[in-house]
Amino acid sequence: MKKLLLGNEALAQGAIDSGLSGVYAYPGTPSTEITEYIQKSKIAKELGIHSQWSVNEKTAMEAALGMSYAGKKSMVVMKHVGLNVASDVFMNMSVSGINGGLVVVVADDPSMHSSQNEQDSRFYGKFAMVPILEPTNQQEAYDITRYAFSLSERFKLPVLLRLVTRLSHSRSVVETFERIAQNKLSFPESPTQFQLIPMRARGLYQDLLDNQKNIQESATNSPFNKLIEGTDIKLGIIAAGIAYNYVMENYQDTTCPHTIFKVSEYPLPKKQIKHLLDTCEQIIVFEDGYPFIEEMIGGFFNEDQKVIGRLTGHVNRTGELNPDIVGKALGFDIPKAQEIPAIVSGRPPELCTGCGHIDLFESINTLIPSIGKRRVFGDIGCSALGVLPPFNTIDTLIEMGASVTMAKGATDAGVENAIAIIGDSTFTHSGMTGLLDAIYEKTPLTVIISDNSAIAMTGAQDSTALGKIKQICLGLGIEEAHLKVIIPLQKNHESNVETIQNELDYEGVSVIISQRPCVQIPSEKKAQIRAFLKNCQN
Amino acid sequence: MTTNIILAGVGGQGILTIAAIIDTAALKNNLFVKQAEVHGMSQRGGAVQSHVRISDKEIFSDLIPEGKADLILSVEPMESLRYLPFLKKDGWLITDSSPFINITDYPEKEALYKKINAIPNTILANATDIAKELGNSKAANIVLLGIASNLLSLSEESILDAITSLFNRKGQRVVDKNIEAFFKGKEIATEAAT
Repeated sequence: MKKLLLGNEALAQGAIDSGLSGVYAYPGTPSTEITEYIQKSKIAKELGIHSQWSVNEKTAMEAALGMSYAGKKSMVVMKHVGLNVASDVFMNMSVSGINGGLVVVVADDPSMHSSQNEQDSRFYGKFAMVPILEPTNQQEAYDITRYAFSLSERFKLPVLLRLVTRLSHSRSVVETFERIAQNKLSFPESPTQFQLIPMRARGLYQDLLDNQKNIQESATNSPFNKLIEGTDIKLGIIAAGIAYNYVMENYQDTTCPHTIFKVSEYPLPKKQIKHLLDTCEQIIVFEDGYPFIEEMIGGFFNEDQKVIGRLTGHVNRTGELNPDIVGKALGFDIPKAQEIPAIVSGRPPELCTGCGHIDLFESINTLIPSIGKRRVFGDIGCSALGVLPPFNTIDTLIEMGASVTMAKGATDAGVENAIAIIGDSTFTHSGMTGLLDAIYEKTPLTVIISDNSAIAMTGAQDSTALGKIKQICLGLGIEEAHLKVIIPLQKNHESNVETIQNELDYEGVSVIISQRPCVQIPSEKKAQIRAFLKNCQN
Repeated sequence: MTTNIILAGVGGQGILTIAAIIDTAALKNNLFVKQAEVHGMSQRGGAVQSHVRISDKEIFSDLIPEGKADLILSVEPMESLRYLPFLKKDGWLITDSSPFINITDYPEKEALYKKINAIPNTILANATDIAKELGNSKAANIVLLGIASNLLSLSEESILDAITSLFNRKGQRVVDKNIEAFFKGKEIATEAAT
């Protein structure tokens, strides 16, 4: 069957057709549509495939591992920075190994279209010593996902499947194949495989090391790694994942004279790399993300520049690749493009008209002249747009949950009137633990949870925090007198300013829940949410 | 032959509807399709674009190389100029003249139109007003699609089929209104050519 699918959707369909029993994920651009596709899939529903959102990437990956422990095929999906959150279980499940096939899908965001960095997940794959797969196009995203599950079960290891934004969010026709059956419930053969106490872990770690030759052999013979011999030995080309497309785009009308090695399965196969090094005078590496391959094969000094790419300045050091960057590096005469006329102004993203965050920022801005500047700590999500004009409310933005804990640290250092602003879903993702730190020490701090009842930035997905924030805060130890709920509306501006001021004056931890549903939520669902919230309060 | 199209607009203006129609029609013509789009942060009122490529042979890059777009089709006038580096020397720029102003430094309208009209192959049309006159203000993008239709190397029948299948679930009236908008766009293109 042929379908027009996003790279993300092709991967999701590939997972369903591999006999998946559960996907676990936290939304994050550019990975979100993978899980959403499975959530909307009729066949996934019929097969009972788990697809509910998790609280964060760590809980998601642990649940996926639990499903794998029970013998079933599972997948965990996240954006690149999500793997930082899940890295604890990621690093350790490579030691324990898996039972049912487990595929870790990570979508990297070169050029930081919707992210705070452009970290390259292949380093994590190498760090954990597991196979890494990197599809080139939408069809491969489908095919390689099926292959990933078989690889995972063959080596009893989790497999890292890396996407980049451009493939995640580009459509093409994908041919799908017959669905493989789901696994039956079955415990691991060895009762000690998942017991990582030191005495067992040492043996399992040795197994992982012994397994390296097998995964190296698999990559060497991989159907997704392709060596295309050329005649011009002056230059050899290594193209990883999507970069292969940009190379081929430049040779559309001619045959590429150089030997090309297309890499889609790691560990980097020594055989083909050695062949390139032996037969070519120079090797250029095209890879989206960090100079991962280039650094590995170029050596520490690379003085003769045998290997060139992002590190040597032959390719842009940062940002995603495109056909022009690759064409120029290959020596093609790329004519200078027309300029963007000076009359064109920038159009950065902005908060939606009527968004509750706007009213909250206005209330805080009213207080800034009296409480002082540079003390509002922000967090990931739509509320992050508070760093931009016209608000300029938020002073810091680092990663999920840092608002609460950075505000605490700054307060410890002597900053007064520190405010943390965090969204409802970001709070349950990574804010709760930091709040407990502040409560434990009675740090004078005001945490504002800007609760829009959704994971808004990624498309208003359901938040696991819905209706639970108040109880969570009370449970963590916030005093009832200092747990306030405000409705961020223009008409409440003055009373909201007063509430925030009062809590700033309190010498302890306060939480203010600024509660109004995201304007992107359809009105029907909004009514359900309001009813649900009312029910929670009663 | 490959036809490269940049669709431009502001997050929320619905350029992906145009993309979906072109994709569907291209598939009916048994052509290869690649369509890169923007999800995430920029969808919040920021500048968004989609690269649509249709061809009778395999397409490699999801992105159109600079200077290789046959057409920039924009639902917003300033946004049409943002992608000028992609336009072929003899490529076409077709845009709605109705501005979407959500920034404080939006350029002077007349200066903007002057800049757009200075491009050799340009059609600047108030698709928003035309769609309103037809009684369906949401169909501005279909008016623009109609204007551009002769440049897409797709049969008219396949485009009409795609419009029908896309709007079918909204009822026959919506389908008819959009087909009317498409033909109105074609008329404008004919007038512009004479």
